[in-house]
Amino acid sequence: MWYKSTMLMESGTKIESSGAVVVEAMIEAEGLVKTYGKRDKAVRALGGLSFRARRGTVFALLGPNGAGKSTAVKILTTLTRPDEGQALVAGTDVVAYPDRVRRTIGVVSQGTGVDIQATGRENLRLQGQLYGMRGRRLEERASELLERFGLADAADRIARGYSGGMRRRLDIAMSLVHDPQVLFLDEPTTGLDPEVRADMWDQIAALASEQDKTVLLTTHYLEEADQLAARVAIVDRGKVVAEGTPEELKSELRGDAVYVELAEPAVDGAVRDALAPIAGVREVAVDGRALRARAEDGGRAVPSVLQALEARGIEVLSVRVARPSLDDVYLRYAGRTFQEAESEETEVKK
Amino acid sequence: MTVVRHSYFMTIRHVRELLRQPWWIAVTLVQPVIWLLLFGALFKNVVNIPGFNSTNYIEFLAPGVIVMTALFASGWGGMPLIDDIERGVTDRFLVSPVKRTALISGRLVHSSLTIAIQSVIIVVLALIDGAAFAGGFGGVVVMIAVAILLGASFGALSNGLALLARREETLIAIMNFVLLPLTFLSSAFMQQNLIPTWMQHVADFNPVNWAVVAGRSAVSANPDWGLIASRAGFLVALLLVCLAFATRAFRTYQRSV
Ligand SMILES: Nc1ncnc2c1ncn2[C@@H]1O[C@H](COP(=O)(O)OP(=O)(O)O)[C@@H](O)[C@H]1O
Ligand SMILES: [Mg+2]
Repeated sequence: MWYKSTMLMESGTKIESSGAVVVEAMIEAEGLVKTYGKRDKAVRALGGLSFRARRGTVFALLGPNGAGKSTAVKILTTLTRPDEGQALVAGTDVVAYPDRVRRTIGVVSQGTGVDIQATGRENLRLQGQLYGMRGRRLEERASELLERFGLADAADRIARGYSGGMRRRLDIAMSLVHDPQVLFLDEPTTGLDPEVRADMWDQIAALASEQDKTVLLTTHYLEEADQLAARVAIVDRGKVVAEGTPEELKSELRGDAVYVELAEPAVDGAVRDALAPIAGVREVAVDGRALRARAEDGGRAVPSVLQALEARGIEVLSVRVARPSLDDVYLRYAGRTFQEAESEETEVKK
Repeated sequence: MTVVRHSYFMTIRHVRELLRQPWWIAVTLVQPVIWLLLFGALFKNVVNIPGFNSTNYIEFLAPGVIVMTALFASGWGGMPLIDDIERGVTDRFLVSPVKRTALISGRLVHSSLTIAIQSVIIVVLALIDGAAFAGGFGGVVVMIAVAILLGASFGALSNGLALLARREETLIAIMNFVLLPLTFLSSAFMQQNLIPTWMQHVADFNPVNWAVVAGRSAVSANPDWGLIASRAGFLVALLLVCLAFATRAFRTYQRSV
C-alpha cells in the first residue's frame, strides 16, 4: 500500500489486495504538493495529499474551508499543476497528458461555470461542441439532460434569471454532456437551501448508480459525505488525515461528545488530570473556557465530570451532551474543531 | 481543423452576447460617428495650415478615426474575459478539450467583425461629407484590413493582460495609460510632417501610426504600395507576438489558480 498516513490503514481496518486496487483505481493522487504565491506570501495549499478512488464509486474529500479540497480538484482536472507529486485519472497522468484526461472527465467547480448571458440550452450546446458533439445527437443529449435536471421549462431562458439551484443543476448537466467516466463535483451543494440540497443529493446519488461512473465529491458537510460517498477522506491543512467508509469513520467515534463551559479559562493539564480517573471519559481538550471530552455514555458521565471539576475548584457554567458530529470526527483527526479551522482560514485571508 | 471550429463556436457565443444588448449595439454604432463629427468639427480649419495636402479634413480624418475606433474597441477587449474568469466560465473551458488559441481568437474574430461594421459606417459618413477616397473600393478594403490587424493585436494584448491581472481596475489603468497617448502620437489627426519632430520619430515606431499611414495611403489617389506592405507586415508581426503572449498568459494564469 502506498498510502501510509491514514490512521484507519494503520489500524488495519481496511486493507485490500494491492493488485485489485491498482486495477480499479480511477483517480489516484500521490503526494500532491501545491504552494501559491512566493516567499513570505506563500500559502501551502497541499502538503502531500494522497488518496485513490475506485471505479464506479463516490469518493468524498471532506474538510473545512481552506483545507485544500478545491486545489486537489484543480490539479486532478488539469486546471493547474502540482509542484510535486503525481496524479492519474483513469490511469492517465494529468500533467503529462492533460488533453487525454480532459476528454475523460466532467467537472463542476466550486461556484458556478454557467455563462449567464446564454440560455441553458446554449450553454449545454456549446459545452457539447467543445467535446466534438454535433447535430441531432447533441440536440437530443441537451434536451435529455435539461429534462433530467428539471430545466426543460427554463431551457430557452437566459441563465441570468436562473436561481442558484437551477444554475447548479445546469452546471452538473453540462459536466455530463459528453458522458464522462469520471466526474468531479467541488462542493456542489454549498450555498443551496436545505430542500434544494436534498434534491441535489438525490441527483448525485442517481449519477453514482449509473454504471461505472466514478465521482469525486468535495464537501464540508458530514451528512453529505455520509449520504453519498462509499469512502471518505478527511482533509486537513492539505493532507488526508483519515480515510475510510463513513461507517468506519463514525465507529471510531463511538460515544457522545461532552461540552463544558467553564467560568474561568483553565489549564489543559489540570483539567485532564482531574478527569483522568473517570472511566469511559476520553479525549479531554480545553480551549480557554471551553472543555470538550468524549464519553461512552454522556448522560452518565456528566455527574462524575462535574464532581471531579468541583473537587479541583474549577467552576462550571453549563454542560451539554451531543451525539458525534462532523466537528467531532474532524476534531478527532485534525486536533481542532471545524470552527477553529475555518476561523484560522479567515484570519489568514485578512 | 479543431482550432477553427472552436474559434467559430466562441465567435458565435460572443456575437450572440452582443446582439442581446441593444443599447450596447447602439453605443458601438454611434461612438465612431461621434468621434468623426467631433474631431471633424474641432480640427476643421487644419486644412488651412500651409503645407496641409488635403482639402477635405473628413477625408483625411476618416482613416485616423477608423484606426482609433479599432484600437479602443480592442484595447478594452480583455474586460469581458475578466467577467468570464470571475464567473468561472474560463475555468470550465480550460478543463474541457477546447483549444486555448480559440478562447482568444473567438474574441478577436468577434471584435474584428465589429470593427469592420464601424469602419463601413465611418466610410459612408465621410463619403456623404464629400470625401473622395480616390483609392477606390480596394483601397477602402485595405484601410479597414490594416485597422483590423491593429485591433487584433491590441485585442490579443488586452486579453493576455486580463489573464495576468485578473482585475478590471488593473486593465483599465494600463489601457488608459496606453491608448490615448498612442493615438495622439500618430498622424491620426494631423499630417505627420506638421507635428513636432520628436513626435514624428516616435510615430515611426508606433503601431497605431503604421495602421493610419497604411490606411490613408491605400485610399489616396496614388497609393504607395511599398509603404502599405511594409506597415502591414509590421502589424502582422506585432499580431503574432501579441497572440503568442496571450496564449502563454493562459499558462501563467493556470499556474496561479
Ligand atoms: N489561486 C489561489 N491563490 C492563492 N492562494 C490560494 C489559491 N487557491 C487557494 N488558495 C489557498 O490555498 C488554501 C487551500 O484552498 P482551497 O483548495 O480552495 O481549499 P478548500 O477548497 O478546501 O476550501 C487556502 O489557504 C487558500 O487560501
Ligand atoms: Mg473549495
